[in-house]
Amino acid sequence: MSKIRVLVGTHKGAFILTSDGKRKNWKVSGPHFAGWEVYHLKGSPVNPDRLYASQTSSWFGQVIQRSDDGRVTWEPVDNKFAYDGVPGTHQWYDGTPHPWEFKRVWHLEPSLTDPETVYAGAEDAALFRSTDGGKSWEELSGLRGHGSGPRWQPGAGGMCLHTVILDPSDPQRIFIAISAAGAFRTDDAGKTWRPINQGLHSQYIPDPTAEVGHCVHHIAMHPSRPGVLFMQKHWDVMRSDDAGDSWNEVSGNLPTDFGFAIDVHAHEPETIYVVPIKSDSEHYPIDGKLRVYRSRAGGNEWEPLTKGLPQQDCYVNVLRDAMSVDSLDSCGVYFGTTGGQVYISADAGDSWAPIVRDLPAVLSVEVQTMS
Amino acid sequence: MSQITIRVELPAHLRRLACVGHEVNLEIDGEATQRSMLDALEARYPMLRGTIRDQITQQRRPFLRFFACEEDLSHEPPDAPLPHAVASGREPLIILGAIAGG
Repeated sequence: MSKIRVLVGTHKGAFILTSDGKRKNWKVSGPHFAGWEVYHLKGSPVNPDRLYASQTSSWFGQVIQRSDDGRVTWEPVDNKFAYDGVPGTHQWYDGTPHPWEFKRVWHLEPSLTDPETVYAGAEDAALFRSTDGGKSWEELSGLRGHGSGPRWQPGAGGMCLHTVILDPSDPQRIFIAISAAGAFRTDDAGKTWRPINQGLHSQYIPDPTAEVGHCVHHIAMHPSRPGVLFMQKHWDVMRSDDAGDSWNEVSGNLPTDFGFAIDVHAHEPETIYVVPIKSDSEHYPIDGKLRVYRSRAGGNEWEPLTKGLPQQDCYVNVLRDAMSVDSLDSCGVYFGTTGGQVYISADAGDSWAPIVRDLPAVLSVEVQTMS
Repeated sequence: MSQITIRVELPAHLRRLACVGHEVNLEIDGEATQRSMLDALEARYPMLRGTIRDQITQQRRPFLRFFACEEDLSHEPPDAPLPHAVASGREPLIILGAIAGG
């Protein structure tokens, strides 16, 4: 019998939701790291009981936790994230130079092949790697050392590296995204990087088609087609069929193309999900109706999914890392809200039900499917 | 210089992280200062590294303060001697989180 484990990071701790493959009855464990912001948790694909968690606080800084038994016990590992060399400066909100300062880890991405290797996306934007299970970290400084670094600027949430995607067909290739610098790709395991933002158009920056400066909110990829990427930008839903070398807008008939989360169906690489949010100044669904939109055509043609979701007086947000899918035969889709709900659809989005309703604001949702 | 024992009170979140009670006793070689206290604390409880002072800059985190003997010692130099009452173990050094936010 399959088992599902949903790892939920919130503003006041982590929660772990478990169920069997029917996905009807759920057990809730938590809060883990109570009172701390848990930006992200994720399990190793090769050892699902190896979990990593980013625990952070404005008071106490960054802690990285590791579990080797699937969340029963946790061990703090190394939290020293030192920028390589002289960090230099990026642009501040007002355009003046500002020194690079480590603030927190937004995203942890375990290796696809080695449970001891894990990547950490940080604010201020940088990518770190550990090859000893989190006991030490080194910066892959070729990214920050890209010549455009001094021109990167923070988005409203800070200058965060929030997306890390490992290419299952090419261990040398990694995609990352930074708010508000844009998307980057390495083809040599992190030594050198190049911006992959051609085709993005951001009206709110001085040069709307600049090489860097785009507020990319999230990127998703189906593992069977690593050259096809889907992006939720600040505004615009985008698609690339050439591993990010060029992008085309696929917002189509969406009621608004602002949003944060985007994900791909586990078995249908052309089926994608977004949660449209009204605007960058009003972070909630249009008309108080929480609707996931699904495209079965890889974009452009979208259908609203509403069954089981609140269709009046709903003013929550769904953040960039707060959507995930399981890999059961009928693909499960999950997302968490800033109102503390975690919803599941066990039928690929046709209908939805809350697993929990009253958690702290949800920052991230990751799903593990275990046999 | 001989070894001395000082008492340190930690905020609740750090007590839970380090799995300790309200107060910890620390053995310090030499003079009791903020730096020697934090060196001893982090050596004994490595999970607290970076939570009270930044690991790179060694600066106190801005939302934490150091109090002892009803005095705010937060802006004392890190190598200034702690009050005699703390160095003698009579009074604890209190590490306090600022009350801010939710």
